[in-house]
Amino acid sequence: MTVAIEKPEKTESVGERAAPAKPERKVNRSMVVAAIFVVWLVLFVVLRGKQTLALAAADLTDLHRWFNDVNDSIGANRNSNPLFLYFFNEIRLVIDNLVTFVQGLISQPTGDRPVPQIGWLGVVGIVGYVSWAVGNWRVALLAVAGFTFLGLQGLWQESMDTLALTASAVLVALLFAIPLGVWAGLSDRFNAIVTPFLDLMQTMPTFVYLAPLTLFFQIGPASATTCTLIYAAPPTIRITAHAIRSVPETTVEAADSLGATRRQSLLKVLLPMSKRTVVMGVNQTIMAALAMVTIAALIDAPGLGKTVVQALQSLDVGTAFNAGLAIVVLAIVLDRVTTAASVREEAARGSGSRFLAWRRPLLGAGAAVTAVLIYLSHTYVWAAEFPGEGSLGSNIASAAGDATTWAQDNLSGLTNGFRDVLTNGLLNPFQTLLTDSPWWLVGAALVALGVVLGGRTAGITTAVCVGLLVGTGLWSDSMTTLASTVVATVLVMLLGIGFGVWMARSQLVDRLLRPTLDAAQVMPPFVYLVPFLALFGATRFTAIVAAVVYAAPVAMKIVADGVRNVPATTVEAATAAGCNTWQIITKVQLPMARSALTLATNQGLIYVLSMVVVGGLVGAGALGYDVVAGFSQGQLYGKGLAAGLAIVLLGVMFDRITQAAARRAGA
Amino acid sequence: MARHWRAGAAGMAILGLTLTACGGAKVGDDSAGGSGESGKCGTFNLAVNPWVGYEANAAVLAYVAENDLHCKVNQKDLKEEIAWQGFGTGEVDAVVENWGHDDLKKKYITGQKTAVEAGATGNEGLIGWYVPPWLAKAHPDILDYKNLNKYAANFKTSESGGKGQLLDGDPSYVTNDEALVKNLKLDFKVVYAGSETALIQAFRKAEKDKEWVIGYFYEPQWFMSEVPLKKVKLPAYKTGCDANAEKVACDYPVYKLDKIVSAKFAKSGSPAYDLVKNFTWTNDDQNTVAKYIAVDKMKPEDAAKKWVEANRSKVDAWIK
Repeated sequence: MTVAIEKPEKTESVGERAAPAKPERKVNRSMVVAAIFVVWLVLFVVLRGKQTLALAAADLTDLHRWFNDVNDSIGANRNSNPLFLYFFNEIRLVIDNLVTFVQGLISQPTGDRPVPQIGWLGVVGIVGYVSWAVGNWRVALLAVAGFTFLGLQGLWQESMDTLALTASAVLVALLFAIPLGVWAGLSDRFNAIVTPFLDLMQTMPTFVYLAPLTLFFQIGPASATTCTLIYAAPPTIRITAHAIRSVPETTVEAADSLGATRRQSLLKVLLPMSKRTVVMGVNQTIMAALAMVTIAALIDAPGLGKTVVQALQSLDVGTAFNAGLAIVVLAIVLDRVTTAASVREEAARGSGSRFLAWRRPLLGAGAAVTAVLIYLSHTYVWAAEFPGEGSLGSNIASAAGDATTWAQDNLSGLTNGFRDVLTNGLLNPFQTLLTDSPWWLVGAALVALGVVLGGRTAGITTAVCVGLLVGTGLWSDSMTTLASTVVATVLVMLLGIGFGVWMARSQLVDRLLRPTLDAAQVMPPFVYLVPFLALFGATRFTAIVAAVVYAAPVAMKIVADGVRNVPATTVEAATAAGCNTWQIITKVQLPMARSALTLATNQGLIYVLSMVVVGGLVGAGALGYDVVAGFSQGQLYGKGLAAGLAIVLLGVMFDRITQAAARRAGA
Repeated sequence: MARHWRAGAAGMAILGLTLTACGGAKVGDDSAGGSGESGKCGTFNLAVNPWVGYEANAAVLAYVAENDLHCKVNQKDLKEEIAWQGFGTGEVDAVVENWGHDDLKKKYITGQKTAVEAGATGNEGLIGWYVPPWLAKAHPDILDYKNLNKYAANFKTSESGGKGQLLDGDPSYVTNDEALVKNLKLDFKVVYAGSETALIQAFRKAEKDKEWVIGYFYEPQWFMSEVPLKKVKLPAYKTGCDANAEKVACDYPVYKLDKIVSAKFAKSGSPAYDLVKNFTWTNDDQNTVAKYIAVDKMKPEDAAKKWVEANRSKVDAWIK
């Protein structure tokens, strides 16, 4: 998942100067695109059903078998191979000890104590104090309220297990990610080497490496932590590199001219100046780590994810929702605290010096209070175990269950109609075009589109990706997945533009929607699969809806941001010229936010792709099903791995085309 | 500044002392019981595969191991493939409801020799094609595969490309359905729902809204106590009729569900091993516990307790 960091739209004068030249070129380009589609359609009619490279569900290619053999031989030799004995086993020990230690502190009984070292009161105290120290009193209040809520939900221990695992994974990830990010920021060559690996780490479905990870690190916290950190580390690497790069050159030159060594300019100039952005990277890493909670539960990771997965076995939506809500609460607290931390210094400087003078004694006093709270929670039962039965949790669960039942009973006629219209009208024809055309025709069309939209480099990347896709042996499944993905992305963009513009134009809407969007992004998809299944059945459409729920918030946020960045003077000028609201939106705000729209499409598509596997669980078939099957059945492991690679290839292909297109649009 | 600091600290100390004075029960006060466990038995690592029937087996075994044998039981939530992997590394001692899985048996029992069989659970596993009860009642002849083509059009969905839809579930299920459809010349297409959750939801809705659904399912299964699905008759199973995966044209065999343990655990002399080995019960027993868990929403350990207390004689035979 490329976190593409686009510079904000160039200033107004540049935009206006470039404007007259653009329309003509754009018309040309869209005509070429249309021509490509016409040629494709004509050839499709002639060649339909030939050379489609279809592969049945149980069939394997040589590549898949070879992956199987590699996997088996690793499994068979793991007790004698020195790589395991002296490398992986050592890593496993370190990580296991780290996680067990953190769990002993806050979540699991240790030694002969029936409770962890620090009870709920201590944890709430620490969380409040730290949030206040690194952020401000408002986020501290939020943090205390949030953590208390977890206890009231009756999920204190599960939440702490999740927190322990997330914290350990983030800690280990940062240990590697920040130095790597600094290196990538300083060296172009290293950046070029590391970028494809980061793409791979973020787009490869976790299901693919879940089973092999247990081969390398065995069942237990080490595997869960490792799978979490593989997915969560890239944002920090990327954002740290970006932060180092965006330190103004003049500042670095000034330091150089004062005779600073490389080391000095790194430690005294580059790092301090990029600190704020790096904290944002850490924030993204934490969020990504929390997104892995339910997946890691499939290899016995303790915590909230387990509650979600177990509740789903008996289709208990209420209980799953309750646990999902706890994940959302954790995520929102951690997000707001790290965000506040990243802007604290500026905020503090702005707030005047009276507070600064008081800060030190207050910090000391706070530390003392926290120490007392920790002591109490270590010693007394009432402060160690969260009191009460968590009745709030069962209320939430039964309310969520009732709401789901109501929706299932009352809406399914409506939703089924909507599903059938969209499936028959849009998805099926498009999918037929992609899967029933000869593979070389689709490939050629994709490459041509890549060249026209993104330029020659994007065309070459597309050609390589198409070639590798054929090599995975899963061409037909890839095209089925591609069709659903494109339809989902179209829906995401419709929603993204609609709500994005609305949010940008109204502060109130923005305030109301943002928490909902955060929740939609963090709520584990496993939670809403059951209601969606009831509403739409086990179909490709259900998978599309799940993907839209996950991906639309990102698109909305980016579009809202882009539209808001359109200079107010331009909008005022248009208003003065007599444009009505609709005209302002379509003729001024959206065209000027074009690079934000492209970025939103890019991110929307990549987020949709990351839901392909979840889609496989609800009837989408194709690559998602292949990946899930590979995780479940030994003889399909290689095919699942190949399917994972195919998803990565689709992601890379799209990412490169849309990024190149965005650069063109922005230029 | 120093003055503030001192005042603050003093205030906190007083607050701390006050709170301490009115403290209440201390951690560890009641720790007299509970310790002294795990004398002879030690630790018992029990894999829990992700379906409720298995959970029922595991819950009862864990309850007996903890309360009668005083073992320390670690239950680990794992898919089959990964659970079997754990036999070799010593992280899993037992898998207590295995459905066939000849490939895994070959790999881990005869190949790597890290696992051994520990006998049947007493449960009989049925696999096949099922329809919701309302449909069986409205069209009784649908329960024979020969009549399926007659109704194929009713089973059409947006996913089945003009044919009838045969819904398959989780990819870890044992299935020959694609070959069956082809070899029995049925006008159906296999559509993969992708998970057990999706399958159950489809059947639940089909019964409630009188929809046409036919799909893969299995017994024993807790969902049968909510919606008693009806099995469709396929050509009878004869030994060897499913030998060639491409040519299968017969029903699934009746699976004798069994238990697999790690080779190390089998030799350990742990009473938990004897418990696993002796454990047998009926489909009804399992369905009862599974229903407590899935329908009545009891915690697995409470469900196990309830069943064990009602069936003490059966349990005593396992641990004699």
